[in-house]
Formats: sequence, structure tokens, C-alpha cells
Amino acid sequence: MTRYVRRFSRTERALHWANALGFFVLLGSGLILYLPSLAVLVGRRPVVKDVHFWSGIGWVSLLALIALAGDRRGLVRTARELDGFDRDDARWLLGRRPAPQGRFNAGQKLNTALTAAFTLLFFVSGMLLWLGERDTRFRFASTVVLHDGLMYVSVVLLVGHLYLAVIHPATRHALRGITVGTVSEDWANRHHPKWTPK
Amino acid sequence: MTDSTRSSAGLDGGRRVGRGVFLATALGGLSSLWWGRAVWGRVSRTIGPVESLIPLIPNGGWRIYTVSGSLPRFDPATWRLELAGAVEQPVSLDYRGLLALPKAEQVSTFHCVTGWTVHNVAWGGVRMRDVLARVNVHPGAHAIRFVSAEDPYDDYLTLEQATLPDVMLAYEMDGKPLSRAHGAPLRLVIPDMYGYKNVKWLKRIELVPREGSGYWEQLGYDQDAWVGRSNGYGS
Repeated sequence: MTRYVRRFSRTERALHWANALGFFVLLGSGLILYLPSLAVLVGRRPVVKDVHFWSGIGWVSLLALIALAGDRRGLVRTARELDGFDRDDARWLLGRRPAPQGRFNAGQKLNTALTAAFTLLFFVSGMLLWLGERDTRFRFASTVVLHDGLMYVSVVLLVGHLYLAVIHPATRHALRGITVGTVSEDWANRHHPKWTPK
Repeated sequence: MTDSTRSSAGLDGGRRVGRGVFLATALGGLSSLWWGRAVWGRVSRTIGPVESLIPLIPNGGWRIYTVSGSLPRFDPATWRLELAGAVEQPVSLDYRGLLALPKAEQVSTFHCVTGWTVHNVAWGGVRMRDVLARVNVHPGAHAIRFVSAEDPYDDYLTLEQATLPDVMLAYEMDGKPLSRAHGAPLRLVIPDMYGYKNVKWLKRIELVPREGSGYWEQLGYDQDAWVGRSNGYGS
């Protein structure tokens, strides 16, 4: 019989899926605004603009709300885990093995730091686009370059993330952890040997 | 607390790298507000030849901005360009009549006020003076209102601006009839001013005593949209 251990708390899972939902709504509405073929096909630019803007506001508010209402202490602990890179993490990133990993491997830690920075940058550049249309003091010639560039890099990261979470046989068991919260003890021991679940 | 962190993360005195990555990315991204466009310009010139092969990049750098529910449709049988206002004789020009006017061609660069630019666009169309010659402008008219079929979009130019040598009413773009997305069948092209002055889907040209506020001017954009010296840039 398979034994399971808890990898993600309810707060962590809620944050993950709120972020995922927000990202897809923003990506979809953003591409309609951005790609000429979709813009012509869909039309209704003012409505799509509103949807994009308000889902951005909703996305950030929802993340903040979950973080504040959820297990804050647990999130701080998780943030510390994600922040710290030890010698094995360095070896892992350089492709050297063995490099035993904790609850998060070094790639996941990097991905989280980048995703958090991108969230901030998406929000700031999006607000600047919105404000700049209303007041030229908020206008920078490079705001669209930043907002679009973030989209390209995020999509590349997302494709890698989805591949590892859904397709790659060795890692896709992790999807269970972020949906129901638990992973098999056996899988945890193989992929995250330095992690001692409570 | 530190102890429990160590045991659960297995840090063994790990270094705080995550926050460094976060801060470097965030600060690098924010600083790109000052250098991003210049760098991207250089990159896109280098990859220009293959750019059109990548489906995710809007072809040639165009984005299609509209302000209403749907894009106007062009029907050659019913389309008319009204030349009206302070003129001796108002004229209603159909598509064939438009094509019969002396044709002008030019290659110019298109700048959008939001920061994107399309280089070397080939336009074909008619010069303003050839259009105005059809109607005899009243001496009291000093500006022109350009009305789009995309309600309620319009904008104004002074007569002087509208008759600059590289201003045209374009019905061709890059060798093909102007597409629906770019304002079929006729749009204004004034390369020295930002795109919002380059009214698409033209249906009416009205001679007026002086400039009024167009769609974007009413929302706070500058009346004169000179590239690089208006709307908060370079001034």
C-alpha cells in the first residue's frame, strides 16, 4: 500500500491555482489585445481591455487575500525554504549528481523567484500602460516592450512547467501534490531526500 | 523558528539566493523602462528577416488598436468619402473616383504613442492637395476634421499639417489594398505624428475654421502629436 506525505498546505495550493487561473485569463485576454489576427477576429477592444485590466487587479488582490487570510506563518517558512540555496542546490543547477534536494529542488526555487518578480513587473508595467493612457506623466516608451517581453519569457517558463508537471514521467507525480496536497512517500524519498515531512 | 526552517528545508547553512534572484529580476525589469526600447530595437533589426516566421510576434510589429465594438467593413459598392464643410462644392467620392485621382507613393515609418514602431511601410494613395483641389476650400477654413467610420473616432489637422509633403490618404499598404485591420479602404498617413492622428476607416473629410478636439485629445492626448516631442516624450 502506498503511503502519502503532505507536501503543500491548503494556502499554498490556493495560491498556486489562483495564480494559474489569473495567468491564463490574462494571457488569453492579453493575446487578443496583442495579436493582430485575434484582435480583428474578436473585435470589442474596449471590452477586452476592461476584462484584461480588471482581471489583473483581481489576480493581484486574490493572491494578497489568500496570503493574508491563509496560513501566514506557513508561507513565511516556505518563503525561507525557497530563498535558501545550499551546496547541493548549486551542484543540482550545474547538473552534477548526487545532489539531494529538500522539499523544493533548486529549479523550483529559481522558478518561484522569477515568477514572483514577473508578477510584480507585470503588475507595475500594466498599471503604467493603464495610467499612461490617462496621463502622459506615466508614459514610458519602453512600457510595452517590458510588458510584452515578460509575456514571452513567462510563456516559455510555463511550457517547461507544464511539461514537467503533466508529461515528464519522472516528475508528473508532483501534480498530485499541488492538487490534493500529498505525494507518495516513495516518490518524495527519491526526488526530495533531504525533505523530512512532518 | 530558524531551527525548524533548517530541519524542514535541509538548508545546512544555505545562502539566501532566492531573494537575490527576485530583486535582480525586479530591478532589471524596472530599469528596462529606460533602456528596453533601444535594446529591443537593435534585437528586432537583427532578427528582422526571421521575425515573420515566428507566429507569436505580430507581423512587422503592428498592433491593431480600435475604440469600438467591431471593425468597420468596407463595401466598394456603397463606400463614399464625403468632402464637406467650408468648401464651395461638397463632393461625395466613391471608391473608383478615389482611385482615379493622381496616385502618390511613399515609404515612411509609423510610430505609435504607446512605444512601438514599424519601419519602412510602403504606402500608396493620394495627396491632400489633389483631394482638396476637387472642392475649392473657403478662405476661412484653416483645419480639417477626419471622421472615421469607426464611431466615434475622429481627429483634426491644420491645413498646413495636412498638406505636408509626406501626408497622404492611403488606400494601399505594402503593395496591397489597405486591409480591414489597417483601415480599409482609406486611412490618413502623417508619419511625423503618432498613430492616433493617422485616422483609419476614413469616411468624411470636413473643412473647418479651426481644430477641435479629436477622440484621444478629449482623453488628454496632445493636439499636435509630433513624434518624439509630444505626449510626454522628449519635451
